[in-house]
Amino acid sequence: MGTLPFAFQDSGEIARRFPDLHPAFDSNEALTEANRCLNCFDAPCAAACPTHIDVPRFIKKIASCNVTGSALAILDANILGASCSRVCPVEVLCEGACVMLRYNKQPIAIGRLQRHAMDHFFARGGRLPKKSTAKRTQKIACIGAGPASLACAAELAQQGFAVTVMERRALPGGLNTYGVAEYKLRAPDSLREVAMIAELGVEFRFGVSIETERDLAALEQEYDAMFLGIGLGAMHELRIPGAEHPDVVDALEFIAQYKTAGNLRVGSNVVVIGAGNTAIDAANAARRLGAVHVTIVYRRTERDLPAFGFEYEHAKSEGVSFEWLAQPVAIHTYPAGRIVSLECVRMNDDGGAVPTPIAGSNFHVLCDMVIPAIGQAPLIALLEQCRGVQLTMGRVEVDRATGRTSHPKYYAGGDCVNGGREVVDAVADGKRAGVAMANSFEAAMYA
Amino acid sequence: MPELATTFAGIRCPNPFWLASAPPANCGEQVMRAFDAGWGGAVWKTIGEPIRNVSSRYSSIDWNGQRMMGLNNIELISDRPIETNLREIAEVKKRYPKHAVIASLMVESKREAWHEIVARSEDAGADGLELNFGCPHGMSERGMGSAVGQVPEYTEMITGWVKEKARTPVLVKLTPNITDIRQIARAAKRGGADGLSAINTINSITGIDLDTLEPRPNVDGLSSHGGYCGPAVKPIALNMVHQLQNDEASRMPISGIGGIGTWRDAAEFILLGCGTVQVCTAAMHYGYRIVEDMIDGLGNWMREKGFASIEDFRGLSAPKLTDWNHLNLNFKIVARIHADKCIGCELCYIACWDGAHQCIHLNGSQVAPPAIETASRARITVTPIPKLDRGASRDGHFSRVPHVDEHECVGCNLCALVCPVEGCITMERVESHLPRQTWEDLVHGTSH
Repeated sequence: MGTLPFAFQDSGEIARRFPDLHPAFDSNEALTEANRCLNCFDAPCAAACPTHIDVPRFIKKIASCNVTGSALAILDANILGASCSRVCPVEVLCEGACVMLRYNKQPIAIGRLQRHAMDHFFARGGRLPKKSTAKRTQKIACIGAGPASLACAAELAQQGFAVTVMERRALPGGLNTYGVAEYKLRAPDSLREVAMIAELGVEFRFGVSIETERDLAALEQEYDAMFLGIGLGAMHELRIPGAEHPDVVDALEFIAQYKTAGNLRVGSNVVVIGAGNTAIDAANAARRLGAVHVTIVYRRTERDLPAFGFEYEHAKSEGVSFEWLAQPVAIHTYPAGRIVSLECVRMNDDGGAVPTPIAGSNFHVLCDMVIPAIGQAPLIALLEQCRGVQLTMGRVEVDRATGRTSHPKYYAGGDCVNGGREVVDAVADGKRAGVAMANSFEAAMYA
Repeated sequence: MPELATTFAGIRCPNPFWLASAPPANCGEQVMRAFDAGWGGAVWKTIGEPIRNVSSRYSSIDWNGQRMMGLNNIELISDRPIETNLREIAEVKKRYPKHAVIASLMVESKREAWHEIVARSEDAGADGLELNFGCPHGMSERGMGSAVGQVPEYTEMITGWVKEKARTPVLVKLTPNITDIRQIARAAKRGGADGLSAINTINSITGIDLDTLEPRPNVDGLSSHGGYCGPAVKPIALNMVHQLQNDEASRMPISGIGGIGTWRDAAEFILLGCGTVQVCTAAMHYGYRIVEDMIDGLGNWMREKGFASIEDFRGLSAPKLTDWNHLNLNFKIVARIHADKCIGCELCYIACWDGAHQCIHLNGSQVAPPAIETASRARITVTPIPKLDRGASRDGHFSRVPHVDEHECVGCNLCALVCPVEGCITMERVESHLPRQTWEDLVHGTSH
């Protein structure tokens, strides 16, 4: 495929510490697994996929040794088919819908088969044919270079539109590049996928922040439509005494540091605060980077765990321990400066309602690093400037089928709309918006 | 335990499982190991003037991830000297006197040549002779093998020559590469044969390498048609066995051959009238050890069914095969889908709509497949996130169970055949209240 348009040096140390959670199939394994698929009609796996990849179609193409055709069938529905094959929570999506589960059999390994097809495709150059050779006059700006924007940009570029993706960071891919646990998706694999989209003619601009009314006016001047794929903002700050210590690093920052900045430093006793999927990614990473003890502190019970069940099981197998019904109160440090402990208060388990602290129950969890993972705050500042773009509880309001906001020039999708779901949801949003934009330009032409 | 020992065309053996004349019965060392594993007999790899083989020799058809659904070969008869084969036959018979050793023979079409090989084989101790009139490649171009077996006159003549000399039972092995296999069987019977072996391999080209465009098996860039065997050919072999058993002028003891790999296959051949069965591909695939389950499985089945010997069930299914003209046109069955077993693959639905009679429906309405797929793809689906979707239930009830319009159902079986779940779709009899009536009855205006 030639050189990536985005400079990035992979680290051998990272590869050694983060081997694939689900290793690739070899051709024979893939063939055997593909042949196990029943080829259901109107398959539940395809219905369960937010991008509606025609799963039996791509699997039977693997079975017929038409692996390139298989990859193109995947990409036709989901331009980020490669990263989705690795990061999707398939247990609650396609594989969770597999009819084999009703037959007391293992579901088809759809995620790994999809990865097999995508690996084959990228190993042979990873070039995507254009859907249309027509040249369109309209220009579209996609703000943010995460999965939603990439899907929107790819759809529009394939239909012949001029698309520019604007990103405030140095690398494209959004959380695929910066935020997914390395044993699921390596940053170079995310970038390779973006390079394929760049080859469709999508222009990328990095280090671009859109922060003022003037920035917006300039955008509207140059582009016919905008797609907001800006995700969520920075993580919630931990508001307890001691939280300003430099060894308090929020989970997304911690993950981005080891994945893309070559910073493999980790404490030997690490506490992760929160028990969502990102908290688990951070806790597992801390273990793999060398932490001896990693404890997840959560103010509710195991029953209320917000992470997927399989993520919880994975964390336990990595050696992460859990402290339930514990709310952080303060971070204590040595005079010399290092963190010594996280002080917590025990919470009441009153069966589902908001837990309340038990007076006088304070205790200490010894640690030298604290990683808060307590959710992300929407990037409200910019959106409020977007004239008339309606928000509800910090999320952009859109028409679900088209991604259209209350402002006719603005479309939106991904985490900033859905509050933080999966990559595949962002791709589905982005693609729907791309299709809707193209349709509306088409309709305007004949109006 | 039921008795598996049997006598076939005068040849006694401890069980009806014989190795067919093929690579697994190439030499004495192999045949003795096969007998140790449990095989009741072996038809020796065809003995004749030694030939030269090519490399490579085999190619196969894989199906749905399974290897060797069908096997093709372009190997010829034994490449070892006649005297070596005969010496080893003598050795085997000395050590295994109760097992059947059959000498498969193929020599040039001269009376003296046949007389000589018959005498030498019997002197070596062979329990019977099998005349290889079936080999479809290599030997046929030299006027032997299927070149004989495709011409009734040659078959009758050479069988006659052999019978002039033979003291042991003579089996004629038939080629399926002919319009009507009975023509050759009748000729063999006229020539005095004591039994038949059927079928030999079917002319085949297994495939072409799509990179090099060269057919398989590849011999220095070229290939040649070969003989096809293995599980793929079993239905063809069963039909031919039945044709032979159903024809008075062909009928004589048959050793069944063609895709037999398990006791179930063997039972089916015996139920159509075979006295023994011969196995090649399965033994080439997995080794002699497969005979253990063939013996064990057949014995268990016989005990469950109350059969004490092979003769107790041999041919029992033959009368249940008849001409289409004699089938009851007023017999009616319909498909029933058992919702409790259905896993919702909807393969029956698409099979019925595209391949049958459009009488299986989804969601209580007669919607054609494209509309259903379009509706599914237009649906907006999101990943269920515990944090965002707490309390929301997924899907609701399971609604992918199709139903059958029994008035439209023609009882073709297709849905039950494609259904992956055992017992989920059953074909059930519907009382038509009409008398049994066949096509023949209709033509002659009669009914029962």
